[in-house]
Amino acid sequence: MAHHRIQLTVNDELEQVDVPSNMTLLAMLREKLTLTGTKNGCSTGECGACTVLINGEPVNSCMILAVECNGAQVTTVEGLPQDGKLDPIQDALIEAGGVQCGFCIPGVLISSRALLDRNPNPTEEEIRLALVGNLCRCTGYVRIIEAVKQAART
Amino acid sequence: MKSDNYITAHPTLPKFDYVKPSSLREASQLLTEHSGEARPLLGGTDIFVRMRDGDWEDKYLIDVKAIDGLNDISYDSTLGLTIGAAVNMNRVSDFPQVRESYPVLVEAIESVASYQLRTRATIVGNICNASPAGDTIGVCMLLDGVLNVFSDSEIRQEPLKDFFQGPGETNLQPGDIVTSLQLPVPPNGMIGKYFKLGRNNASDLSIVGITAIGYPDPELVSGFRIKLALASVAPVPLEVTEVETLLGNAPITSQLIEEASQTAMDACTPIDDVRASARYRKLMVKNLSRKVLTDVFSTLNDR
Repeated sequence: MAHHRIQLTVNDELEQVDVPSNMTLLAMLREKLTLTGTKNGCSTGECGACTVLINGEPVNSCMILAVECNGAQVTTVEGLPQDGKLDPIQDALIEAGGVQCGFCIPGVLISSRALLDRNPNPTEEEIRLALVGNLCRCTGYVRIIEAVKQAART
Repeated sequence: MKSDNYITAHPTLPKFDYVKPSSLREASQLLTEHSGEARPLLGGTDIFVRMRDGDWEDKYLIDVKAIDGLNDISYDSTLGLTIGAAVNMNRVSDFPQVRESYPVLVEAIESVASYQLRTRATIVGNICNASPAGDTIGVCMLLDGVLNVFSDSEIRQEPLKDFFQGPGETNLQPGDIVTSLQLPVPPNGMIGKYFKLGRNNASDLSIVGITAIGYPDPELVSGFRIKLALASVAPVPLEVTEVETLLGNAPITSQLIEEASQTAMDACTPIDDVRASARYRKLMVKNLSRKVLTDVFSTLNDR
């Protein structure tokens, strides 16, 4: 099987990685770069636990090959805090009590950040639609939605 | 392969070679050379699922996204909308002329999976995958969509109406590469509606999908041309042309809409599967066709 040497920016750091053709971005992040914040849930693009930003847009990292990300800018949950301070959406989730087991949270954070970047003042309906692809089996979503509203206000 | 995938914590993709040609000719040659063991890769949202499940065992994935022109979307007041094969669904639904002139396409797109999946998924991929459940196919058919297909150094056109041959089966031959989808300028005053019945309001595959478009047409007895297409209830995405005839040839009443909905129910041939029984699907086609046709007709009639 073919291997490829790719260069990409992950959380503002330039990385050079050797990847086989069939390695997903998710596997590369977790196993080559040990960025284990991004979670593997369903491996079919449904649960959203593996969501990361590629060039600013959210993508299920289980559904894209690492080699396809050559030259891309990738942001994972580890890249959300800036200058040692949590992203407002992270603070809001903590404050709203939106985290229980936490497995879905990296994906929820990324999808929410992407939503607020493209729409700084979303309605509740828009928040719910933006999080359709992030399944949470603990919270029932109410406090997660509250947290996104809260973050939009800050 | 299958059992391995079920027991590993990180279900891996089977082995294949990823190739990223930069020209149509090169891509087409690779696909012809490796006919039966290679396929073009766009968003991969179906390919990767099928490969992980062991259903597809291709040895080569030919990424066609770097080919010139495949990433372009444009609107022209005579040609209509041209959507490059590699343009993802979010880019299509964000495109100003799409929001303005093809709102029913936006509705269909937004019913597909989730926002982050639509960053990868493409309309052309949805069409070429030829799933009877494809959410965006019905509207593209009703709008007289045509695919531009590269093969043997030339481009041929494939109208969507005759494109589908069965589940996953189309007129495409090994070496063919769809470069874009062309959607003509919509008729004046067009109204459209996509209704998707699934287990939940979003993210799921459809149990039944109903697309209807309608517009004023003074040449018809009823004054309106109304077309209906069905998803997930036949081996192929299905346009029920009898509905258009029925609703064109007599003044539209609730009785006539009832008759058209019955026609739609009679035209479909669903199967029992994990999502629903055939019998339920048939009944839902009738009920939801009535709802969607009534919606479209009353919007047209109230203007």
